[in-house]
Amino acid sequence: MAVFLASFDLALLVTSVVKIVFLTFLVIMPMVAYSVYAERRFSAVIQDRVGPNRVGIPLTLFGFKKDIQILGIGGLVQPLADGLKFFLKEDFTPRTVNTFYYWLAPCLTIVPALMTCAVLPFGSELDLSIIGLEQPVKAVIADLNVGPLFVFAIASLGVYGIVIAGWSSNSKYPFLGGVRSSAQMISYEISLGLSIIPVLMIFGELNLSKMSAFQDANGWLLLPLWGEGLSLERWVLLVPVVISFCVFVVAMFAETNRLPFDMAECETELVAGYHTEYSSMKFALFFMGEYAAMIIGSGMAVTMFLGGWSIPFAPLIGLDYKPGDTPLWLGLLHIGTFFAKIVGFILFFILIRWSLPRFRFDQLMKLGWLFMFEVALANVVLTALILIAFNS
Amino acid sequence: MPPLLFYLFALITLGFGLLVVTARNPVTSALSLAMSFVGLAALFLSLDAYFIGIIQILVYAGAVMVLFLFIIMLLDIKAEEGKTFNLKAVVGGIVLAAILAVQVATIASSYQPGKTRLDEAKLDLKLAADYSKLPTIANDLRAGTLPDAKLMGQSLFQRYGFHLQVIGLLLLVGTVGVVALSKREREAN
Repeated sequence: MAVFLASFDLALLVTSVVKIVFLTFLVIMPMVAYSVYAERRFSAVIQDRVGPNRVGIPLTLFGFKKDIQILGIGGLVQPLADGLKFFLKEDFTPRTVNTFYYWLAPCLTIVPALMTCAVLPFGSELDLSIIGLEQPVKAVIADLNVGPLFVFAIASLGVYGIVIAGWSSNSKYPFLGGVRSSAQMISYEISLGLSIIPVLMIFGELNLSKMSAFQDANGWLLLPLWGEGLSLERWVLLVPVVISFCVFVVAMFAETNRLPFDMAECETELVAGYHTEYSSMKFALFFMGEYAAMIIGSGMAVTMFLGGWSIPFAPLIGLDYKPGDTPLWLGLLHIGTFFAKIVGFILFFILIRWSLPRFRFDQLMKLGWLFMFEVALANVVLTALILIAFNS
Repeated sequence: MPPLLFYLFALITLGFGLLVVTARNPVTSALSLAMSFVGLAALFLSLDAYFIGIIQILVYAGAVMVLFLFIIMLLDIKAEEGKTFNLKAVVGGIVLAAILAVQVATIASSYQPGKTRLDEAKLDLKLAADYSKLPTIANDLRAGTLPDAKLMGQSLFQRYGFHLQVIGLLLLVGTVGVVALSKREREAN
């Protein structure tokens, strides 16, 4: 037993656990909560309303004169109030549901969404020699050589949650929502997978950390302005990269069931879709799963197309990543850059949601199968031709 | 991977596999099969075959089983619940399993263990790097990692390129066949 225990690398174990807890519970979960808040405030701005601007720390309850509003922005404690509301609501289980699957479905939605963050490189590396670690710690939970495939594989398991929720509720609206959603997710998975093949061909790499490091040194895929990015090849490759970025983002909207593709919970037709029969925290898990999937999707798009944790023009201003020799402050700055980019992408998600109308279901399927799929496929051939033309 | 994890995932694979055939509810069977695939994928990962493991989840658990589940739910198969004991199916299953077991046993008995253990064997990735023609593979080998996806792609598209195209053609024929069969004939006016 002692030998067995000694075979563990304690430093690796501890840093991994710290990374998992940090990324999942200290970053993504609060981000989920605050993207709901951001969504409500942003939509309010778009619709010329005020939005939730009241909830502060209720000091008046304890006899103070005024509630504190953090940074002067009203409503920043709204997510906490929402969370408390979900916990305190009645958790009602309808009598005719298939109980086991009814309980399983919310878990199956949120667990894959949170698991996919394991391969996202959220920073370059952290030089922790202050606390006695000789090797710099890589800011990624699992540095797999099949990064993007891992994300797609685990994310594709998320369909089960929706299908099972729709089926086990034993009711018409959830069932239609579940069927619609699974058809949509299976269709768009193909475009999503095909859209990143040109990117993989350009990098020659399936490892997300190496992709970020490459873009840090040689210009982001969508912004080739330094390093090797100034070559003619990269600028010609910008055409397939832009196409692939557009296909990826549209397919991602469909995969995360966001408007304009939220057929699964189309209120005017299906009440609330697959989670009609759910209440309280079980409903909140679906909600959190949707937002977590959105954050991970943004993370993928940022990592592959927008340089990941790389700071723009890094080699020109001396903020680039040097393997094994990056100071701690720069490592932290890289982590900050990554999450700043994700926040920007989430705001883009919200902007799209509140500016475009919803598609009809047949239009959605037609778009997926007759347009996106073909474009993604042709794009692969185009990229291959460009790569051959420049490398022969 | 410690043996403990191997036994855990083997247990998951086999246990859920057993549940596939014994479960009364078809949805339970389908989901158990998906879980069994996930366990199998974990076993692949333990053999450092990350690509195959991930593809196992992506294709089988993520796409094929979802379609199965989809069909089961759409058809709302409940008649199977409380089904009677089907002797033919049980006997057929046992015979098939026995044939497979004999096959595995034959292969296993012809295996002769080498003198060096795997973890003591010299795995010289740097030497292998000099023999690989693709620069990405050589770089990965020099860095001390095994680029399984790239190696697999290379052997699939270079060594077995023809076979791959034959399989592709077969799948195309299958797809065309499905479209032709499922297309409803317009009634002649």
